[in-house]
Amino acid sequence: MSGIPHDHYEPKSNGAKWLHRRLPIVSLIYDTLMIPTPKNLNWMWIWGVVLVFCLVLQIVTGVVLAMHYTADVDLAFASVEHIMRNVNSGHMMRYIHQNGAMLFFFAVYLHIFRGLYYGSYKAPREVTWIIGMLIYILMMATAFMGYVLPWGQMSFWGATVITGLFGAIPGIGDMLQAWLLGGPAVDNPTLTRFFSLHYLLPFAILGLVLVHIWAFHTTGNNNPTGVEVRRNSREEAEKDTLPFWPYFVIKDLFALVVVLLIFWIVVAFMPNFLGHTDNYIEADPLVTPAEIVPEWYFLPFYAILRAFTSDVWVVIAANWVTFGLIDATFFGVLAMFGAIFVMVLVPWLDTSRVRSGRYRPMFKWWFWLFIVNFVVLTWAGAMPAEGIYTTIALIGTAYWFAYFLVILPLLGVFEKPLPEPDTIEEDFKATVKKTSGNGDQGLKPEPVPSE
Amino acid sequence: MKLKQLMLSAAAAMALVAVPASEAEAAKVGGEVTNFDFSFQGPFGTYDRNQLQRGLQVYREACAACHGLEYVAFRTLSDPDGPELPEDQMRALAEQYEVWDPELREYRTAEQTDHFPQSQLETAPDLSLMTKARAGFSGPYGLGINQLLKGIGGPEYVASMLLGYTGEEDMQAGTMFYYNEAYGGWLSMAPVLSDGMVQYADGTEATAEQMALDVAAFLTWTAEPKMMQRKRAGFTGVIFLTVLAALLYLTNKKLWAPVKRRAKES
Repeated sequence: MSGIPHDHYEPKSNGAKWLHRRLPIVSLIYDTLMIPTPKNLNWMWIWGVVLVFCLVLQIVTGVVLAMHYTADVDLAFASVEHIMRNVNSGHMMRYIHQNGAMLFFFAVYLHIFRGLYYGSYKAPREVTWIIGMLIYILMMATAFMGYVLPWGQMSFWGATVITGLFGAIPGIGDMLQAWLLGGPAVDNPTLTRFFSLHYLLPFAILGLVLVHIWAFHTTGNNNPTGVEVRRNSREEAEKDTLPFWPYFVIKDLFALVVVLLIFWIVVAFMPNFLGHTDNYIEADPLVTPAEIVPEWYFLPFYAILRAFTSDVWVVIAANWVTFGLIDATFFGVLAMFGAIFVMVLVPWLDTSRVRSGRYRPMFKWWFWLFIVNFVVLTWAGAMPAEGIYTTIALIGTAYWFAYFLVILPLLGVFEKPLPEPDTIEEDFKATVKKTSGNGDQGLKPEPVPSE
Repeated sequence: MKLKQLMLSAAAAMALVAVPASEAEAAKVGGEVTNFDFSFQGPFGTYDRNQLQRGLQVYREACAACHGLEYVAFRTLSDPDGPELPEDQMRALAEQYEVWDPELREYRTAEQTDHFPQSQLETAPDLSLMTKARAGFSGPYGLGINQLLKGIGGPEYVASMLLGYTGEEDMQAGTMFYYNEAYGGWLSMAPVLSDGMVQYADGTEATAEQMALDVAAFLTWTAEPKMMQRKRAGFTGVIFLTVLAALLYLTNKKLWAPVKRRAKES
């Protein structure tokens, strides 16, 4: 599949040849698993495998949970308690599913940040990036609808607030909101459709994940240097790469198990630590919680949403220019979706010809500020929307947009990049020599296995 | 290497900042919650069967008049890792309750498969999940570090709230309100616990604090009856994953050794 020259599957037995002429599935699996992968991938390249694992984990636990869950406003909360109390291992299934969603987002953020730092979105990998962003948006939709299903207080009021955002769209807003909810307010039709879609969307994600993998198998992996694998001949390509199996499969599995170890400690010993206590109170349309807070993985965007109050000058300006069509709420909604949209456009906003942040001395600083800003926005999103917190959220939002719309386009013009290594092989050798300085490896007499 | 460390610290920072989602409730309460010690705290903590039985007694004698336990089935009182009432006692306990049977369309004597009744009083919340629905600790600055160190604090909140009445009373629109330090405001629930109000079968002295801790422990069990199974699964998983990680680490090292050696030598 990939443009990098490598060996292909050759059917040997008669049976294999027979199948290969009719359905080259073994060939497809072989080429996918044996894809030449840059030798120098570091530990930030493990999150893809972690994410695939998360998706499978969520689908498997989710299907089991759906066997015991009842999507009805009078029964949903009790059916979750039934899972927690009466279903064999139901409490583990549910806690794994709940915390699994958090691991999923934790991993996806690191995966996205890795792409942003090493310029994985740049040509020729723009399509991989955009599909990844679509997956991320679908993940958010899925997680949001899943959070409504236990029908706790935060489920209900979270659904009310988030669908209310669509109601803020001028003109069609109320109609759109009623269409989404299946009625004038969050009620049984909302719960049943969210359940249905929460079951459906993961399979759409699964499909997009396959396309995502197909896309980067076509272009080849990016790597920490951002330098392309040499493709003139197989010999050259083999100096830069190793087959995915077994080298990266084993490496990724090791990393996955370490991640799962931490995950398992959270699930078994502090499963509710990252959740909200209010969701153990059954939904009550008559009682509004003191604070409506989304799950932590939505907080940066929640902060952006709430940053724009009617006294911010851009909001006043937008309001004046559009003759009052855009009010503070709608502006916040636009900002929130815009924040994701600028991230989708980053392949064309970043003008630097150098891919990897490693060789971009100015970019590094702005990138790490972006990460710090993300953390600050997460925190600001959890604080009440008042006083200093909205100001902090506003500054954070301004930086978010400035990073994509001003800093990245200008850096490509003003920044003088450092020299990149000529080949991946060169970088790999330099790293190996640096990290194994004590020289004890040279003493091992074991022969190099023939490959 | 440096980048890796930075990424790791960024990940750690994210993990820390990720916490505040669970903070708002505690932030709202803002009362004084005492960090009581409970036997079930920490990864090695287990429920104290005698304490759960005492807590059940306090619930039945002091709380049940108003508050329900609608998600708790009588049969689970005999389950392992719970109060572990002997079967005959559990059955006898169930028979003291009347439940509404929707098929017979009348009240009948409860059986072991029935649940405790719902709250008798409209304004009294059900207690089944109370220790998971309240946070005792929060902060600082919404970072949730206190919850990381002390736990979320549901049982501590329940015990502190039962002991937190200052004795101030206020009549508003014909309803009496009582000031509570743990809640940090006025409650319509009157103080219920007083020294010696129950006679513990195991001879434990029934001080107000003892009863508050016992019932908080019991309500932790009603909210999280599978906690012991979960922790055991936790240890099994940690051991299994540690061994697997070690084996994969060694496999990976051996697999890459010739590749790295060639890179070093050339």
